[in-house]
Amino acid sequence: MNSQLVYKKAYWMAGDVWVLIVRSIKHIYKNYDQLLGLTIQPIMFMLLFRYVFGGAIVVDTGTYVNFLMAGILVQGLAFGSLTTSFSIATDLQRGIIDRLKTLPIASWAVMMGHVTGDLVRNGLQAFILISMGILVGFQPTASALEWIVIAVLIVLFTLAISWIAAIMGLLAKTIESVSWLGFLVIFPLSFASSAFVPTETMPAPLRVFAENQPFTHVIEAIRALTLNRPVGNHLWMALVWCFGIILVSIPIAGYLFRRHGGR
Amino acid sequence: MLSTQENAIIIEDLKKSFKNLEVLKGVDLTVRRGNILALLGPNGAGKTTIIRILSTLLHPDNGNVFVNGFDIKTQPQEVRRSIGLTGQFADVDEYLTGLENLLMMGKLYHLSRSVITRRTEELLKKFDLTEAARRPVKTYSGGMRRKLDLAASLIAYPPIVFLDEPTSSLDPRSRLNVWETIKKLLNDGVTVLLTTQHLEEADFLADTIAVINDGRIIAEDTPGRLKSRVGKERLELVIKRQDDFERAVTVITGNDLSHNSAEKTVSLAIENGVNEIQGVLNQLAESGIEVDTLTLRKPTLDDVFMHFTGLKPDEGRNEAA
Repeated sequence: MNSQLVYKKAYWMAGDVWVLIVRSIKHIYKNYDQLLGLTIQPIMFMLLFRYVFGGAIVVDTGTYVNFLMAGILVQGLAFGSLTTSFSIATDLQRGIIDRLKTLPIASWAVMMGHVTGDLVRNGLQAFILISMGILVGFQPTASALEWIVIAVLIVLFTLAISWIAAIMGLLAKTIESVSWLGFLVIFPLSFASSAFVPTETMPAPLRVFAENQPFTHVIEAIRALTLNRPVGNHLWMALVWCFGIILVSIPIAGYLFRRHGGR
Repeated sequence: MLSTQENAIIIEDLKKSFKNLEVLKGVDLTVRRGNILALLGPNGAGKTTIIRILSTLLHPDNGNVFVNGFDIKTQPQEVRRSIGLTGQFADVDEYLTGLENLLMMGKLYHLSRSVITRRTEELLKKFDLTEAARRPVKTYSGGMRRKLDLAASLIAYPPIVFLDEPTSSLDPRSRLNVWETIKKLLNDGVTVLLTTQHLEEADFLADTIAVINDGRIIAEDTPGRLKSRVGKERLELVIKRQDDFERAVTVITGNDLSHNSAEKTVSLAIENGVNEIQGVLNQLAESGIEVDTLTLRKPTLDDVFMHFTGLKPDEGRNEAA
């Protein structure tokens, strides 16, 4: 293969990925029911914990809403990232992926499109959630640099969960099964963590799990960064977990994608 | 070796199994350039498997397959550039508008901007979708959706188009509309391979009909000749009494005779219209056999199957493939 051909192929491949990213981004606002649902749920959770449960929870961050923000944010991002599994399962059932496979393109570009779409939606969602948080009394003290680190964490965490969601979407037999599959994974990880309450009061085995699982590291890192507290090893552990999940899940998703359709 | 100049699709001794289930048991089929061939068969006969292999979605276990002169095994990318795929398992994006769907497909085929614009307008107009072009596809009717699907597969001027049950689950009016749309393809010199479960559809659209059952092609002919082998029309008689029914079976003579003792029906092919029917009724009257009801109907896929296999389609293997 001469270099001009390689260049042309790379150009086309980047173009294909871009076309499919645009498609997924269009889904965000064309399918506004979904966006609305994904945004309203964490807002309801925030109001629930802020005003109903919050008063009874003792934390060391001054007000409870300061403690809560990072937890709500990470849980919202995790559920938002599950959209990739819906999108991929839907494309598979409807035959859109089959059609794309008969085009002269790299068919995995469709997965890239959905994962990137999630990233854009989650960015939007994070902005809305933090703004809502400030409305109900959240007082961040993060510097500009710290906000940038928080943004990087949001991106990496979203990518990690989206690629896991891609695997679930490829494994699911029906679109319906995707929803409980995602719930089964995200629900325990987001509640058995330091998202809503300090882990100190949990029974020993649960506490060990809660303090060492990736969600807690991401939550604690964001919490410390927003409130100007020492980050400890949480930031590094969060980065290691996110990169680790991304590096392992991309090849698995790629393998499952190629295998699909009896090839 | 068949000529790939004359034939757009060449299939030789194609075999495919899923686990222990042999779905294709040695299929031979050729489609001449510019022709429409209908693959007619019941569910599970292997129609969709053939389309999936031709469109590079499945690997064959055995046999040679050439599409537009390219070997599907060694030149899948060239095959993909030569084909358009529509039907059961290819769909459009329902959140995007019709126009956006076509533009996206054009970009994915790496067509130039000006070609995409021209072709999109042309296809929307041709398929009567110009007015609906800026509406999301989820607001489309079933027939509009199929037409958009068809347009999407034609965006890059493919010389060969596969239509997998293009009118399944459409109401009769939309079906006719989609048929007329498919007919228009012929004017562009496109080669079409379509699958269907309806003899009527194959008859309306195709130059050649290949009847497939249980993974094998059991007949291949023009619609006219195929139908004349099954009879232009079928006369179906319901005999009043059970003992009369048994006598009726021996009394009635004719082509493609079949009977069902549980329902007390006898049916046969009618070639020459009223005179022949009169003849049959006379035979029965002379023997004193009373007829309950009499119907004259167009031959169906069932009759074609009875003719070539001696079986009703659902008596064959019933696999979903």
